[in-house]
Amino acid sequence: MSWPAADPCQGLEGDLYARVFAEGARDDTLILNMGPQHPSTHGVLRVLLEMDGEYVMRAEPVLGYIHRMHEHMAQNRAYVQFFPNMGRVDYLHALAWNWAWAGAVEKLAGLEVPRRAEYIRVICTELNRVNSHLLWWGAYLLDLGAVTPIMYAFEDRELVMDMLQLITGSRLTYSSFRFGGVLTDIDTEFVSRCRAFLKRMPERLEMYRELVTGNAILRGRLEGVGVIDQMTARRYGATGPVLRGSGVGYDVRRAEPYGLYHEFDYAVPVHHDCDCMARYMVRMDELEASLSIVAQAIDGLPEGHCIHPDAPRGKWRPPAGEVYFAVEGARGKIGVYLASDGTEIPYRVKLRSPSFSNLSLFAEIGQGTLLSDAVAILGSLDLVIPEIDR
Amino acid sequence: MAILTAPVQALAAVWSMVVGLRVTITNFFKPQETIHYPRQEVPPSHLDSFRGHIELVGTDEDPAKARCIGCGLCAELCPSFCLKVVAEDLPADPTVSYESHNGADQLMPRPKFKAPPPSQAQPRKLLSYHLVYHTCSLCGLCVQNCPAGSLRFSHDVYLAGASRGRFEFDLMERLRGQAAHGGPKGGKAHA
Repeated sequence: MSWPAADPCQGLEGDLYARVFAEGARDDTLILNMGPQHPSTHGVLRVLLEMDGEYVMRAEPVLGYIHRMHEHMAQNRAYVQFFPNMGRVDYLHALAWNWAWAGAVEKLAGLEVPRRAEYIRVICTELNRVNSHLLWWGAYLLDLGAVTPIMYAFEDRELVMDMLQLITGSRLTYSSFRFGGVLTDIDTEFVSRCRAFLKRMPERLEMYRELVTGNAILRGRLEGVGVIDQMTARRYGATGPVLRGSGVGYDVRRAEPYGLYHEFDYAVPVHHDCDCMARYMVRMDELEASLSIVAQAIDGLPEGHCIHPDAPRGKWRPPAGEVYFAVEGARGKIGVYLASDGTEIPYRVKLRSPSFSNLSLFAEIGQGTLLSDAVAILGSLDLVIPEIDR
Repeated sequence: MAILTAPVQALAAVWSMVVGLRVTITNFFKPQETIHYPRQEVPPSHLDSFRGHIELVGTDEDPAKARCIGCGLCAELCPSFCLKVVAEDLPADPTVSYESHNGADQLMPRPKFKAPPPSQAQPRKLLSYHLVYHTCSLCGLCVQNCPAGSLRFSHDVYLAGASRGRFEFDLMERLRGQAAHGGPKGGKAHA
């Protein structure tokens, strides 16, 4: 784009991203910033759009507004001191990230985890997944213009957060896993609250189905919108509900079992329609699967320690070596690559976050959609921006 | 039959709205789930598990005296560097003679590995304990690793302030204040 020399608008072409993006744009289109302060981007995500009327011609996500150098922070502190960071990477499924870090270090040092601790990990992580999906459900419908459902979702989320507060002490940014176990044991009060919650949820999920899932307006907004075919999803490395909504039954809990997940009987929901509705249905089915895992874990809870008696405490030196450990988070595959040189602090840490890969799909599938459909697609990817930037 | 498809679909769509409205209307007449905070408060029994900032635990004999042995492990482990422990060594016991005091260790060959000298394991006198709460991330490492069981989380949900100074605590002073008001005596370190 070149301006005449006397143009008063010279130098106002936007920042570097906008100038690069504007190259090659048609003259009759509009370059528009969606975000970083747009409510439907759920945080500080900025998407550059080239708009032709109401249609998105091109879209490009711009990242880095909430980059906090978590990987570098890990390389500056003792292994155990990195736990509070994990809760802040993905604040909605903090315990999966806790597990990824604890699991990576346990794999590196060959630490043993007591059976009871493994069960407690499964219970909290699945409750946290329920919590995350419920918030996604409410917030997604809020994006689509339905204001009431998030109130119902928060009613159930409060119960989960009260339960998790009993054992972790926090309500959102949990950091309760430790190498070789978990920080606190669960007591009878937690178990009874958990059973009450499991009894209540089927009725609530039925209500959600009546209120939202069957609704003709929602189906009209989601069916056939944002189709991600199987090959596209695989090319971008999409994982989690996005991949399972495209007909690939890949779940880290099943594909690379960790912890004691192989002992539980649960379904991995897969839908083959590849559109926003398929991703919506995968998450709604996952709520039921997670609740069934929690029920089995509560029933089969073994006696024992909640942390191994010989677990390392404080600053310690694991052996030198490198490991990769992956867990299934609410948004997909969470991976931690860890290289240790045998000192008190990690040599290199790389965090693989699922939202990053899932977001990169948007540049391709957002093309040619209506702006309101682009919002529906962004929401259906269930993005957590702090996780993308890390 | 094709002529009937559109009206049947329209009727199904309207019916899905009626079903949804029934849910909304039944919930409208249910009791309220939330409370109006400044006028109403959550019962204290619901706040037991809340992790507020850390506090010192008093000894069983004297609740105004902390169990802390001044080892400084909490400050060393804190990822956010928000703790400061000021302690001094207790005056040496004249009845015990340490090797390093009488010079005997200079005469002996030095082993490659040796146990920590006894002075490190000995309690030190705690002079003051400072917490800068606004940088704390409540990870619980200090509470978990305290060898004397002298730290626990407080349950102050309503802590709020308009300046940074409000969140900088001298925990020894706080413990003395709690003891003077007959606060919790001893007790377990909640994590």
